[in-house]
This record gives sequence, structure tokens and C-alpha cells, in this order.
Amino acid sequence: MSSILLSAKGLKISFGGVIAADGVDLDVYEGENLAIIGPNGAGKTTFLNISTGYLRPRAGSVTFLGEDITAQLPRTITKLGIARAFQIPQLFLDQTVMENMLIAAASLRGHPSGFRALSSLPEAPEMERLLDLVGVRENAMRKARELPEGQRKLVDIAVALALKPKLLLMDEPTSGVASSEKLGIMDILTRALAREKVTSVFVEHDMDMVERYANRVAVWNMGKIQKVGTPAEVLADPKVREQVIGI
Amino acid sequence: MPGRFRPITLVAGVFFLVAAIAPLFVLSWATLFALILAKSIVVLGIILLLQAGQVSFGHAMFFATGAYAAAFWGRHVGGGDILLYLVLGGVSSTAFGFVVGLFVVRYREIFFGMLNLAFSMVLWSLLEKMFHYTNGADGIRVARPGLLGFSFTPETFQYVILYVSLVIAVAAFYGVQRYLDSPLGHMLRAIKSNETRLEYLGTSARRVLLIGYVISAFLGGIGGTLVAIIQQIATPEFGYWTKSGEFVFIAILGGGAHAFGAFAGAAMFEVVRFYAAAQLADAWQLILGGVLIVIILYAPNGLIGLRQRAKRQEGGH
Repeated sequence: MSSILLSAKGLKISFGGVIAADGVDLDVYEGENLAIIGPNGAGKTTFLNISTGYLRPRAGSVTFLGEDITAQLPRTITKLGIARAFQIPQLFLDQTVMENMLIAAASLRGHPSGFRALSSLPEAPEMERLLDLVGVRENAMRKARELPEGQRKLVDIAVALALKPKLLLMDEPTSGVASSEKLGIMDILTRALAREKVTSVFVEHDMDMVERYANRVAVWNMGKIQKVGTPAEVLADPKVREQVIGI
Repeated sequence: MPGRFRPITLVAGVFFLVAAIAPLFVLSWATLFALILAKSIVVLGIILLLQAGQVSFGHAMFFATGAYAAAFWGRHVGGGDILLYLVLGGVSSTAFGFVVGLFVVRYREIFFGMLNLAFSMVLWSLLEKMFHYTNGADGIRVARPGLLGFSFTPETFQYVILYVSLVIAVAAFYGVQRYLDSPLGHMLRAIKSNETRLEYLGTSARRVLLIGYVISAFLGGIGGTLVAIIQQIATPEFGYWTKSGEFVFIAILGGGAHAFGAFAGAAMFEVVRFYAAAQLADAWQLILGGVLIVIILYAPNGLIGLRQRAKRQEGGH
């Protein structure tokens, strides 16, 4: 097996009376697409929030490439190479798609200029390539606000890729999208990830998507990792089928 | 974006040309245009912060800082020069803006606005109460300074300060417009639309806002120094909250989408005040209030948004 990119050890966190994580251990290996499944409110998104510095666990730690990132700020973690795409796309709606991309490029570059035009950044061709990769290049000059949800999801992912991450964390990449579009989006997404050599973790409710696109699946239930394995192994497990998938 | 701002840049060019030439024919316009330009420089700073969706109700504190920097020098050292005053005003307001900025950029919206107001009221009180140093409400007279060793008659001086203001205003206009188009300018706008995402891109929103804030404080100070030189006095009124409100008023009137909004707004404001004050004495606020109501209701993007609106309506028919 390839090397460990991100490693969570003994994570504990609760919100009021709800225990979201109660001693969670989970490793993410380089090059994989890891799906996290589980019932609603089980704590899947909490894992993404802890791994990106948005929440701090009560106990436990997260290391990324051997570095402890548990108490780091989101922007520090981003700089280390973890990017995030959101369940509801988080874009700068009043700016064009290309400007969204270039703001990400300027962030990655650091020390943004107050004088040179954003559009003249040397990263512009690279940003066009990424937009092309996710199939939204023709909308580069449109405002993000004008795009339909499915396209915004793809832009959200392109913005994350603009940060040249090693790991991309995605919260339900196809939620809020018409089911006819879901496969198309996931195809584009997995192709882009492979092309850019980005490892991914995605929280998902749709078992079809998990079966098709994940290399490995972790089941998050009652604040614990109930099972980890290949999609075939996990989805065949009677307990998982009963408690998580509801069959 | 090549070509995107061309018509408005052209209008700005014409405006600057009129500001340079018209006062040669009507002497009273020299001071009028100088005041319009000086205030526009302050309002450019307000427009910067508007990009991030933040409204400062205390920017008069930087305006007053710039004015008093010149006044104190004239009073205690003497022998002032316009350029020296501008350097003093710029440096002191920038330093003050940095210190205040460290506090206010932690807050947003109403809290940002009110905290700015609070800081400005502290400064205003100090200027009012420390009579021994500031002459209290009477203010400090700013003796007519020279420029690069030359001194001028009162009539010539009106033109000297007009052209100094014009040069600085054009530079500030150009600089701010470049800033709005730059990565930092776009990041300011990103704070308004999605600050969380900006953090997830690896950029500190507070830092971006602080840089914008310090620049806006600098512009406020330069504008304040110019007005103190034009009016030959610095009073606590310069730092009073109504003055801060006036700058926000002008920014909304002109429109915040382009640097020219500051000039369009300031021109409208000062012209109405200049002529309405002569005809209607204290009723000029009534006219400006009416104008602002019309702007907010029918042209929320300010005077510079009117053209776009007209174009859209044409397209609709």
C-alpha cells in the first residue's frame, strides 16, 4: 500500500449531547479516493471540519504528511496542501469564474499585489487549463452567480485544484444536482483528480456514486468508524446495509 | 479587463480637464474644485472599504489627523511647505490608521462601522478638550504655506493648491482603480461575498482588510491636509461624526463600483452646497437629502451607475 497522507488518531468531539466522534482513527493513503458514508448527523462533515482546522477536537490529533495540524488555522492547513470543496459551492458570486480562479492562484502565490491587474497573473493560462479540465471553460467570463448549481460545483472543485493541493476534501460533491447530471459530474471530477494526482476524501450519501468512484469506503456510525474496506466489501456487509444504507 | 472601463475613464478624463481649465475663467471655482478634489481623495478610501462591504462611520478621524498634522507644524515649527504638510499628513494618518485598523478589522458590518465611530469620537473629544494644545473648538489656523521654497499671493495660491490637489487626485484615482483591479482589490470584494472561502484559499481576510484600511486612512489624511490648507484652518469639526457621515454620503451618492464614483459624488455634493447654500441658506441639506433619497431608490449604484441603468433600459425595449 502507498504511504499515509493524512492520519486521524483518537478524535473525540461532541456538540451538546450529540457525540460526533468518539475515538475515531482513520488514515488516508496517497492516491486514493476515500468515500465516507454514514447516517445523517453521524459526524462525517465534522471530520472534514476538523481536518481543515474549522473545528478543534476535544481529544485526538490529525497529522498531515507527518505534521500535526490539529490546532492549525484553515489558511495554514490550506498552505500545507489540503483543499476543500463544499456541499454548497462557496464561490465569490459577484466575480467571474476566471476571477474566482485567479484569486485562488494569487492566494497560493502569496503576497498579492495591489497594483498589477489580477487578469495579468502568469497563472492565467494554467487556470484556463483547469477550467477546461472540469468542463466549464466556456463560462470563464460569466459571473459565478449566473451559473447553474452543477456548474458551480465544478467551479468550486476547479478553485480547490487551483491551490495545487495534495489532498482534496469534498462534502457531497453531487448533492443538490439533478440525478441525470450526477454521473457526468463525478466522471469529470475523478478524471481531473487522477490527472492532477490529487488524493481525495468525499462524504457521500449516494451508494451508486460510492460504488463507482471510491477505491475505499469508511463507514462512520455513532461516532465510530464501523468498517473500512473496498466498496464491494463494505456495501455487502449486512450490518452496514441495515444501519447505513437502510436495506 | 481591457476596454471594460473605457467610457467612464473618458468621463473621468474630461472631469479632470474641466477641473484644470474652468477655474481659469471663474476665480471662485478654484477653491470649489480644489475642495471637490480633496474630498474625493478621502472618499476614494471609503470606496475601497465599500468593496469589502464595510462602511466606516469614523473616517473623519484620519481626515482630522491630516489636517492637524499641518496645523501643528505651522503652529509649533512654522515655515510650512505644501509638500511637507502632505508628507506629515500622510505619514501620521497612515500610522494612526494602522493602529486603529488592528482593532477594527476584527469586526464586520455594524460593529466595524460603530467601532470606527467610537475611535473617531475619542479623537474629536481630545481635539475639543485639550484646549491648551488644540485651541479647542476654535481650531488652529493654518498659515498659507509655500511650495518648494516659493511663496504666493492669496490669489495665486488658490490656483497652486488647486493644481496640487488635481495632481494628487489624478494619482489617487489611478492608484485606486489599479488597486480595485489587482489581486488585493479582488480579495477585498471576496471578503464581501464569501470571507470563509477566502480563508480556505489560504488568505487572511483580516490582513487583506487591514491593508485596504491603512490605504484608506492614508487617503483620508492626505485629503484632510489639503482641506486644511485650502480653508486655512483645522478644527475639531474635521473629525466629528457628521463629517464621517458626509464622506459615506458622497460615496453612496457617487457609487462605489469605480474610483470615479468618488469624484462624481463629491462634485455633486459640493456644487449643490456651493450654490444652494448661497440661495437657500440652511436648506441645502434638504436638497442633498432629497437627492440621496432619489439615488438610493432609483440608482442604488450611485451616479456612476446611472449610465449602466440607462443602457439596460434601452436594451429592455
